[in-house]
Amino acid sequence: MPGLQDASSQDSGTYNYAYLDEQTKRMIRRAILKAVAVPGYQVPFGGREMPLPYGWGTGGIQVTAAIIGRDDILKVIDQGADDTTNAVSIRRFFAKVAGVATTTRTEVATVIQTRHRVPETPLKEGQILVLQVPIPEPLRMLEPRETETRTLHALSEYGVMQVSLYENIARYGRISKAYNYPVLVNGRYMMSPSPIPKFDNPKLDRNPALQLYGAGREKRIYAVPPHTPVKSLDFDDHPFEIEAWSECCALCGSKQSFLDEMIVDDNGKRLFICSDTDYCQERQQTRQKGES
Amino acid sequence: MTALPILSARSVTKHFGSRVACRGVNFDLWPGEVLGIVGESGSGKTTLLNCLAGRLLPDEGSVTYGTASMGAVDVHSLSEARRRRLARTEWGFVNQDARDGLRMAVSAGGNIGERLMAVGARNYGAIRRTASDWLSRVEIDLDRLDDQPLTYSGGMRQRLQIARNLVSNPRLVFMDEPTGGLDVSVQARILDLLRGLVDRMHLSAVLVTHDLGVARLLTHRLMVMQGGAVVEHGLTDQVLDDPQHAYTQMLVASILPV
Amino acid sequence: MNALHPVLRVSGLSKSFVMHAQGDLALQVLNEIELEVAPGECLVLVGPSGAGKSTLLRLLYGNYRPQSGSIRVRHRDAWVELVGAEPRMVLEVRRRTMGFVSQFLRVIPRVAAVDVVAEPMLQLGASLDEARRRAQFLLGVLGIPDRLWSLPPATFSGGEQQRVNIARSLIADYPVLLLDEPTASLDAENRNHVVDLIRERRNAGAAIVGVFHDAAVRDALATRQHDVALLGA
Repeated sequence: MPGLQDASSQDSGTYNYAYLDEQTKRMIRRAILKAVAVPGYQVPFGGREMPLPYGWGTGGIQVTAAIIGRDDILKVIDQGADDTTNAVSIRRFFAKVAGVATTTRTEVATVIQTRHRVPETPLKEGQILVLQVPIPEPLRMLEPRETETRTLHALSEYGVMQVSLYENIARYGRISKAYNYPVLVNGRYMMSPSPIPKFDNPKLDRNPALQLYGAGREKRIYAVPPHTPVKSLDFDDHPFEIEAWSECCALCGSKQSFLDEMIVDDNGKRLFICSDTDYCQERQQTRQKGES
Repeated sequence: MTALPILSARSVTKHFGSRVACRGVNFDLWPGEVLGIVGESGSGKTTLLNCLAGRLLPDEGSVTYGTASMGAVDVHSLSEARRRRLARTEWGFVNQDARDGLRMAVSAGGNIGERLMAVGARNYGAIRRTASDWLSRVEIDLDRLDDQPLTYSGGMRQRLQIARNLVSNPRLVFMDEPTGGLDVSVQARILDLLRGLVDRMHLSAVLVTHDLGVARLLTHRLMVMQGGAVVEHGLTDQVLDDPQHAYTQMLVASILPV
Repeated sequence: MNALHPVLRVSGLSKSFVMHAQGDLALQVLNEIELEVAPGECLVLVGPSGAGKSTLLRLLYGNYRPQSGSIRVRHRDAWVELVGAEPRMVLEVRRRTMGFVSQFLRVIPRVAAVDVVAEPMLQLGASLDEARRRAQFLLGVLGIPDRLWSLPPATFSGGEQQRVNIARSLIADYPVLLLDEPTASLDAENRNHVVDLIRERRNAGAAIVGVFHDAAVRDALATRQHDVALLGA
């Protein structure tokens, strides 16, 4: 297995397995259990100092560290790509402190930590998706007081979010929120799905995998258990819509995945390419096999 | 006459430390009545209003609200959820400063539509139509529907606050100096508007004011407060034309003639 | 229309004004007033200035509070005691049963004359059209030119304001009418119109209590007189 290293042969002998001490892992697991028991509800947890600053995925890392085991296979993506600096760093980190096997293949991973995208390849029961969250409170921009947002969640008073969508339509003629699009989990709690594009929201609905959300700076964990309804907010006469492109992926020809727009030369030539690198490569390989 | 008062106060008392803000207030408000509470600064009228509206917990006494279909409920024993829901549906509260009762960075349409959306309205077109209808009822130009109250004058903001409260067809409206601080002509417009709306919607209201002219125009009954106590209470024109208590007589005599 | 059955009964009515600012000085104005009025009667209150005629009218309307006594009015086929009554009861009686023409029109800004007049009828449940039509009719009878109907009366002359006042008090058919110098600021022609309207009401069965300084008006309308200055009689 690529990247598999024996922990004891590293100087990571000064760190506990997966970096966090056992008590911390227990505390985080308790928080995760609570989160799973109340889908979409933000559970406070005692976030620890991690070897990277806030804003770089400390929440996601702590969740992964609490659940990962020697038999797991870890995939880490950042904006859909396995090969950006952050994804590589985090993957290497866990390889070192947890001695786990790592992979870029969505299909074979047991734990997938991600920043700002959900993999295109459909997930399966038994897989765990760990999402990195900057601001866990979906109402934060509308109501700055934590005391008040907690009350709003407790009383299920979400009118203010509906008002913000109304404002969108009044100002732009349509709901313009393109990422971090608010959802209602299990018909009860409003949740921020993290800054994933709204394109990915439908993937969260009744997903057979377990979704865990970790916010390190804000010290909150929340979860969506497998097969849970997740509905994006909208109006009857302005229903929720995902993005569409007029182009398909320049590398693999996909018309169904989220495309990044790349500027490839000094003359402003643009290409549209799948943001999910693993998905794109799989499709390219299948195509090649098909052609050969 | 209906069987249940819409609002009842019994011995409502509130202290702030050793200072008694209001003391032993009793009344029954019947559907369709507008009760005025007049007094000078420090009389306790705003404290009383806040106790009645469930915003302040009285130290003694009780406030009872007569619901439309479920009998009388003690306002301060309600769960926070229920009280908040009541405040958004069956009640209104018009603040003296419209900024306290509006979302200043949300458009007029959004402000008016909020109560509707809070109870589940999900059709943008319908919400917008209702909001427009209310905007014209409070005499604000329809082309201001998408503007924020930040861009409105004081009088417009106050009229918007009124619309925001009345869109849910409340049965009971609390008003704290609704025309305080506004120009006289603007006041006249708003008072006329309130008169018409209270009449047409058969609202019950509790109105706090220091202006006896406002009281005469809008209220059916009047309570005069001095130093936290109700010193006189009765039919508005009677209290103003035939004041019995020394303080009331002094108040009435103090109005500057025009 | 039975002269034997009064619709307004006053007994033991006494009124003093206590001026607290003047060391609680008490001024007794009325003492143990007794009177009755039946449908079709116009009881005129007479007496010198300051005797309490206006005060008595205001007491009957619930505008002043008596020190003691009883004022009962026939309202919806039952006797209602107005002294000590709940405000909403007094307002209900005023809406349906008792009208009052005061000497001064209380001017409300922004409300058009036709709407000032129409309001009492609207309160009784009439449609806006119906009420406005009747208001226009009355304003016409009272000589208010139609170009003034949609204007607020604040800028009208004293006589015009008074006529608007009268129209407002007569638009609903009150079984009991209280009139306090209704023709005081009117010229002869308009005075006659008002007298005609009031006489019409009286003949149709209204019970009227009035104060009229003008002898001619008194003679045209009165069926009986009551001297208010006879204290304790």
